[in-house]
Amino acid sequence: MDPIVLKSEFPILQQEVGGHPLVYLDNAATSQKPRRVIEAVKRYYERDNANVHRGVHTLGSRATDAYEGAREKVARFLNAASAKEIVFTRGTTSSLNLVAYGYARQILREGDEIALTPAEHHSNLIPWQQAAKATGAALKYIPLQPDGTVSMADVEATLTDRTKIVAMAYVSNVLGTVNPISRVAEAIHRRGGVLVVDGAQSAPHLKVDVRALGADFYAFSGHKMCGPTGIGVLYGRAELLERMEPVEFGGEMIDFVDLYESSWKEIPWKFEGGTPIIAGAVGLGAAIDFLEQVGLDEIERHERRLARYAVERLSAIDGVSLYGPREERTGLITFNVGDIHPHDVATVLDTEGIAIRAGHHCCQPLMRWLGVSATARASFYLYNTESDIDRLADAIVKTKEFFR
Amino acid sequence: MSQLDDLYRRVIMDHYKNPRNKGTLEDGAAGGVSGQSAESTKVTVNLNNPTCGDRISLQLQLEDGVVKGARFTGEGCSISLSSASMMTDAVKGKTTEEALALADKFSALMKGEPVTFEEYEDIEALSGVNKFPARIKCATLAWNALRKGVEHGRGVHEGTES
Repeated sequence: MDPIVLKSEFPILQQEVGGHPLVYLDNAATSQKPRRVIEAVKRYYERDNANVHRGVHTLGSRATDAYEGAREKVARFLNAASAKEIVFTRGTTSSLNLVAYGYARQILREGDEIALTPAEHHSNLIPWQQAAKATGAALKYIPLQPDGTVSMADVEATLTDRTKIVAMAYVSNVLGTVNPISRVAEAIHRRGGVLVVDGAQSAPHLKVDVRALGADFYAFSGHKMCGPTGIGVLYGRAELLERMEPVEFGGEMIDFVDLYESSWKEIPWKFEGGTPIIAGAVGLGAAIDFLEQVGLDEIERHERRLARYAVERLSAIDGVSLYGPREERTGLITFNVGDIHPHDVATVLDTEGIAIRAGHHCCQPLMRWLGVSATARASFYLYNTESDIDRLADAIVKTKEFFR
Repeated sequence: MSQLDDLYRRVIMDHYKNPRNKGTLEDGAAGGVSGQSAESTKVTVNLNNPTCGDRISLQLQLEDGVVKGARFTGEGCSISLSSASMMTDAVKGKTTEEALALADKFSALMKGEPVTFEEYEDIEALSGVNKFPARIKCATLAWNALRKGVEHGRGVHEGTES
């Protein structure tokens, strides 16, 4: 793959910010969209738009085919056993909440346990806090190693026979660590529980096979992987989805409605009340085609190379502290520049045309674990190059001079 | 970098590196606290900026409708901490009405309106923030704490702020 050629497919990246060519390094927050995704959404609205699953007319059939075709693509993308295991949602947050409401609250009893790590994104933490409060279950935290990684010894020591759910990110949005998901799956399955994987930072960046991983639920967002905002996915093993109750009731999700009782459609449709996010699903399908054409393995290799280069360039700058493991990390780098607040760093970088994230990254407990109130983060994607990282490093040096 | 120079003028960096009124009222008289009187109220307001994690803890000593002392502690960027430093300096000795009027004027400054602060010109250095919309919340954090503190002191928000 050639990131420079790929960059040319992203209209938004062809602009200047503050008089400098834009260097977009905030991909863990949201990725940019290639022309073909934008075109797919536009084409859908210009040619096929209609409501799904009910129109007898031509457009209704086309829209339904487009929407269900996108579901088939997602199923293949994850290597799910069937497209009925793919529920469309608004994004990772609503996917995880669907598991917390539709599954966790049904099965948890007082004294049961939910295990997670202190590195979880708020969206994979608060739904479990709330589910624990509602059911009397206890939250248990798997401690992190000093470099932020998760050790299987700690996993084994934390899980008990009362652990019904483990909720864990495949890839950390702050540390770039890759958690040992398949071994965690084995550990929780041995105890009769299920594994919920926050896939927001893995689906866009590496090849995922939910069955090989042993994930019982896997949640991700379209917008972080070249797709539109407002569309996400919950993968769930069919047997678990069958047992779950819907959490949203209304049109589209029903089988039969009487004055006092109603029954639901089959999975996955019983979870998709109301007119679904049809154009978003079409855009997500186009994004998957794009990523598969480039190759997820290629994308992962490219980003790991960029991360190694970024670690090398940034650690050579006096006063820069890096967080997370030096080796074995995905394509993002979290750092601070001396005692300059990350907001100030991000503002100086912005005037140099470089977009990074500064703040707590929706991980306040992890910030406390790191002993900082906030950090800066540069996160990479397939269109980033080593020269983007050179621009980042040069701008950090400028920032230091400015605040001296 | 000229836009940046506008933003981080010397005066901002000076308040950031040498903040006025940093600490708590209990630290001593440096915050301008005079002897406690019957009408003296001490108010503490903790505010944070949930999008970025900046925090401020502002203490006001209110006596007979006058801000007798103002001190703060907190974590944040140069914009939020320098703004807190300036605000606490500017409102000391003002009546609560005057302090709230200053807060309104500061809001106008953040909207890019041509206001001046004759009483405390340093504040005008923050006018550049309006060109950086993402940073306006940093600059207004301390002033929002001031509004809450004054309201709290008047009992408007009795018991709602800690």
